[in-house]
Amino acid sequence: MAETSTKKVTIYSTPTCPYCRQAKDYLSGRGIEFTELNVATDMDARNTMVQRSGQLGVPVIEVDGQVVVGFNRGKLDELLG
Amino acid sequence: MPDKTYYELIILGAGPAGMTAAVYAARKQMDVLIISENVGGQTTWSAEIENYLGYKFITGPELVGKFEEHVNEFNVPHEFTRVTRLSRPGANFAIETDDGRTFTARAVIVATGKSPRLLGVPGEKEFTGRGVTYCATCDGPLFSGKEVLVAGGGNSGLDAVVQLMKICPKVYLVERDPKLRADAVMVSRVTAAENVEILTATAVVEIRGETFVTGVTLKGLDDGAMRDIPVEGVFVEIGLVPNTDFVKEVLRLNPIGEVPVDCAARTGIPGLYAAGDVTDVPEKQIIIAAGDGAKAALGAYSYVVRLPATDDWGRMST
Repeated sequence: MAETSTKKVTIYSTPTCPYCRQAKDYLSGRGIEFTELNVATDMDARNTMVQRSGQLGVPVIEVDGQVVVGFNRGKLDELLG
Repeated sequence: MPDKTYYELIILGAGPAGMTAAVYAARKQMDVLIISENVGGQTTWSAEIENYLGYKFITGPELVGKFEEHVNEFNVPHEFTRVTRLSRPGANFAIETDDGRTFTARAVIVATGKSPRLLGVPGEKEFTGRGVTYCATCDGPLFSGKEVLVAGGGNSGLDAVVQLMKICPKVYLVERDPKLRADAVMVSRVTAAENVEILTATAVVEIRGETFVTGVTLKGLDDGAMRDIPVEGVFVEIGLVPNTDFVKEVLRLNPIGEVPVDCAARTGIPGLYAAGDVTDVPEKQIIIAAGDGAKAALGAYSYVVRLPATDDWGRMST
């Protein structure tokens, strides 16, 4: 049951993006801790996001190194177990 | 346990229409499933809502959160995937999804809403997410310091320009019509900005790039003159189209691709209902979509209870 809490979750987001907010609510609702990186202002994070996801759109969510582009719940449910 | 694929009612879409339908169906204790790609639909993008009763002011994401919380009270199962085909091979409806599954249902509510209209030019699909975006609110900040183009001279296009002209050195606004269609107040704001170049009677004909967008080819619709401009971002804001490709096999759509419905949310095919912005109802409003979702669910309930009983696989008992 507590296994999901061991996964490292990072969300690359912008403050204005509604799907980023939904994604964060979804993670919080499941009790999952995550690191949030604001790619509107944090250039290093933006570069990392572009490099890892190969694209320029938010949100990007990384679960233990696996990259999910957009708030794709089906995919996140799968990765988070 | 094998995954359940047969339901009395399947609701396609989880915007205001689909979620309201889910609450009504659940309260009738129907065996119901929601299939959608996301939650909230277009409401998610609404910054300010001041006409949904009970809330003098609420943001789109907040209202969607409230809707979702309400639906979750009833533990309605939800599959997050895209529907690719709706057919009616026998007495039941068959719903095929992007991930290769097929669901069956005795009744279906189509509440799939609308999606951004595409430009339909070479390079658009290839560079979607690599410079081409349909959500200025989301992705706008990623283009700070870059030259960008906004396609669409309506209110949503100008909203994007207003947002981008604060963070980008140059914003091109391209509109096919000879005149911008947005509200006058928006037009004057954009016209006054020094870093905005307005190109009316102009079409985007190609989006170019390597890994990411590097430029766009434009064509003057009056003189046919071609022009290449270097931009790194292309924001497409040219309206919406109904998500109805998957129903074309069973339903005749109106000329703009919407599902025609009667005053009881019926589509003309027994057991198949539609609600919300995907339909031909004259006004596209959250409260109207919600109300129509309720109508559709109550109609589907009345329809299903009158059918002969079936077993767990949807087969009629003999």
